[in-house]
Amino acid sequence: MTEEILIAGFGGQGVLSMGKIMAYSGVMEDMEVSWMPSYGPEMRGGTANVIVILSSDRISSPIVRHFDTAIILNQQSLDKFESAIKPGGVLIYDGNGITRHPERKDITIFRVDASEEAAKMNMSKVFNMIVLGGFMKVRPIIKNESVIKGLKKSLPVRYHNMIPVNEQALLRGEEIIYEVRKAE
Amino acid sequence: MIEATGIKNIIKPENLVYKKSSVMTDNVLSYCPGCGHGTANRILAEVIEEMGIQSKTIGVSPVGCSVLLYNFLDVDMQEAAHGRAPAVATAIKRLIPDSFVFTYQGDGDLAAIGTAETIHACNRGENILIIFVNNGIYGMTGGQMAPTTLPGMKSSTSPAGRDVKTMGNPLKMTEIVATLPGTYYVTRQSVHTPANVRKTKKAIRKAVEYQKLDRGTCFIEIVSNCNSGWKMTPVQANKWMEETMFPYYPLGDIKVPVEESVK
Amino acid sequence: MKKELRLMKGNEAIAEAAIRAGTDGYFGYPITPQSEILEYLMEANPYETTGMVVLQAESEVAAINMVYGGAACGKKVMTSSSSPGISLKQEGISYIAGAELPCLIVNVARGGPGLGTIQPAQSDYFQSVKGGGHGDYHLIVLAPASVQEMADFVELGFDLAFKYRNPVLILSDGAIGQMMEKVYLNPPKPRSSEILEWATTGKPTTRERNIITSLDLDPNGQENFNLKLQAKYENIRKNEVRYEEFQCDDAQYLLVAYGTSARVCQKSVQIAREQGLKVGLLRPITLFPFPSERISELSDRVRGILSVEMSAGQMVEDVQLSVGCKVPVKHFGRMGGIVTTPDEVVDFLKLNIIGG
Repeated sequence: MTEEILIAGFGGQGVLSMGKIMAYSGVMEDMEVSWMPSYGPEMRGGTANVIVILSSDRISSPIVRHFDTAIILNQQSLDKFESAIKPGGVLIYDGNGITRHPERKDITIFRVDASEEAAKMNMSKVFNMIVLGGFMKVRPIIKNESVIKGLKKSLPVRYHNMIPVNEQALLRGEEIIYEVRKAE
Repeated sequence: MIEATGIKNIIKPENLVYKKSSVMTDNVLSYCPGCGHGTANRILAEVIEEMGIQSKTIGVSPVGCSVLLYNFLDVDMQEAAHGRAPAVATAIKRLIPDSFVFTYQGDGDLAAIGTAETIHACNRGENILIIFVNNGIYGMTGGQMAPTTLPGMKSSTSPAGRDVKTMGNPLKMTEIVATLPGTYYVTRQSVHTPANVRKTKKAIRKAVEYQKLDRGTCFIEIVSNCNSGWKMTPVQANKWMEETMFPYYPLGDIKVPVEESVK
Repeated sequence: MKKELRLMKGNEAIAEAAIRAGTDGYFGYPITPQSEILEYLMEANPYETTGMVVLQAESEVAAINMVYGGAACGKKVMTSSSSPGISLKQEGISYIAGAELPCLIVNVARGGPGLGTIQPAQSDYFQSVKGGGHGDYHLIVLAPASVQEMADFVELGFDLAFKYRNPVLILSDGAIGQMMEKVYLNPPKPRSSEILEWATTGKPTTRERNIITSLDLDPNGQENFNLKLQAKYENIRKNEVRYEEFQCDDAQYLLVAYGTSARVCQKSVQIAREQGLKVGLLRPITLFPFPSERISELSDRVRGILSVEMSAGQMVEDVQLSVGCKVPVKHFGRMGGIVTTPDEVVDFLKLNIIGG
């Protein structure tokens, strides 16, 4: 099994940290993982993206141009990466601020309105965990308990009180994600 | 001229009034006759010997006339790239904290190409001694203009005299580093008369004591001559130095420790 | 003791491995994409635990000269930077090579020339393996292709540096520096307290003074020193070549790539083999010494060789020198911070080597 995942959005949306949590969770499940961020000025307010690869085998190229799953969190990223999803692959997107919705027919498209939900929950900080929860529902590669284990391992102890909120966000994401269109 | 046998007769212990420091090697000094470097080397060796720190001393020699300093001092030494001695010395002292570390640099080395390293080592208060021999000229490379060359002073790259409008002003590095909190003891001395030699030697001794106490950077400028570069006889050069250099680079302490605990 | 599993960036792995390898001193200056090394070390503050000195210098120039000073004391010292900063260090590196001092230098390379870009590139190959500064000298050059190797090569690099009294360069790039992978870290080693006989540590009465210099004003002396250096490099060429092969046994076409490009090419090999093309990959791990002999052997068995680098074609010259005119050797690569993709490599191979 190898899953090549792209996460793309605005800097500050937690794109890189969502990828990190995925990678940590993969490590918890004894998978091979790679996390390859876009770096530099892009981190400062522009677009941010990260390629996460989870695999049962040794990972060859950490940089790929075609993805099994793309998690898209803004319009620019949707415009840039919609075509980069492998036929039969999965697109997950947040509808917030999207004016041109995905058009491809050969991929399965899911929508998770995590921004809206995070605002409702009054917890903008766990926005990315809602998205991650959605991803885990439709692409069950990593387990919920691995994510929590990964969080415990990667977060400094002073933030461990935040873990229940994150767990709640994951569950909310699983609930609100819905399929827009199946691949033809 | 004294016959060889005559010399042997003279150098009997009862006749000796002067003994070469054991920290000086037997190599013949390669400096020009009349140059102040030899004297400066000698008193440095004497202080190392007198204070019993030969086995703790690590020196850094620069590029310029003192590039071969390691030929004359019987201590462990490193030869640094042009201007980088304070950076080299920084690492030595940090990695071997109980050593005595000094650099011995000329004006081109310290005040031109090595300005950044000088300022930043002093600013970090590295616990090292920087000896700065200022003769206002590039001696080794054949008498080019130095950052400390005086206004109007002739050199091979300022043949009509240094024009401060186009060539900049002489840089008073010693006054500059004295303003930095990291420096502990900053002084300007010379080695052209016995009295001045004594004062300079005392300054070096103080710097060794301060380094033992971990007080920060000690900086000793020695205003010196370059009779061949200045195209003068040794006597003329010393006279010119007193009359022309000293007014611009006045001798004396510039920054002394507030608590003068070391005598 | 067991190795410790961590998920780390390549840059962080270098920093952590340096602490664990018993490094005495790190001297650096911030530059993207390798600033995490200095940041990690400052945060870890190993001075309190192992006594390792970590210092942010005023410039790359000062940092490499601090390395010179520390190395001349026989200490395990290192620096890191990225391409423009490595250019600044070249004078110091030449002095270190000329004074035969052991040290570790890390280049997390980015695209150039000039200020270039902060994205990954492999265009510092010539500078790394042919000397880099003035004079006839070589660094031992290690090219990690994973975060694991970023960690492993710190210790290997120091071992080689002290074995040969020669500076060692880890030539990485922004991709490996910035990406996270699993890494198994060695248990920490204490710093060495051994005093090396050639080092300047203060002259005891029991030995002559030690002088560290690269100066010899006598041309005969300087030529003899150069001959000694060349003999050392020959010895290194004989004993330290390292490489890795992927599916070379039955390969009809050979890719040669190091570092990030080698990772990309592993995938290219997969893709090509899925299409029925017998493609293999040779990954040089040491760039100096270069695995010339092995490439020459393989060239007797393959129909064509493609050297893949994120540059305009630098390593390809060493591949050509290894192969002579036995089979066609071509270069493919992207520049300016663009990472070559696996498909591009396969497409180029089909069009220019297999079809050509």
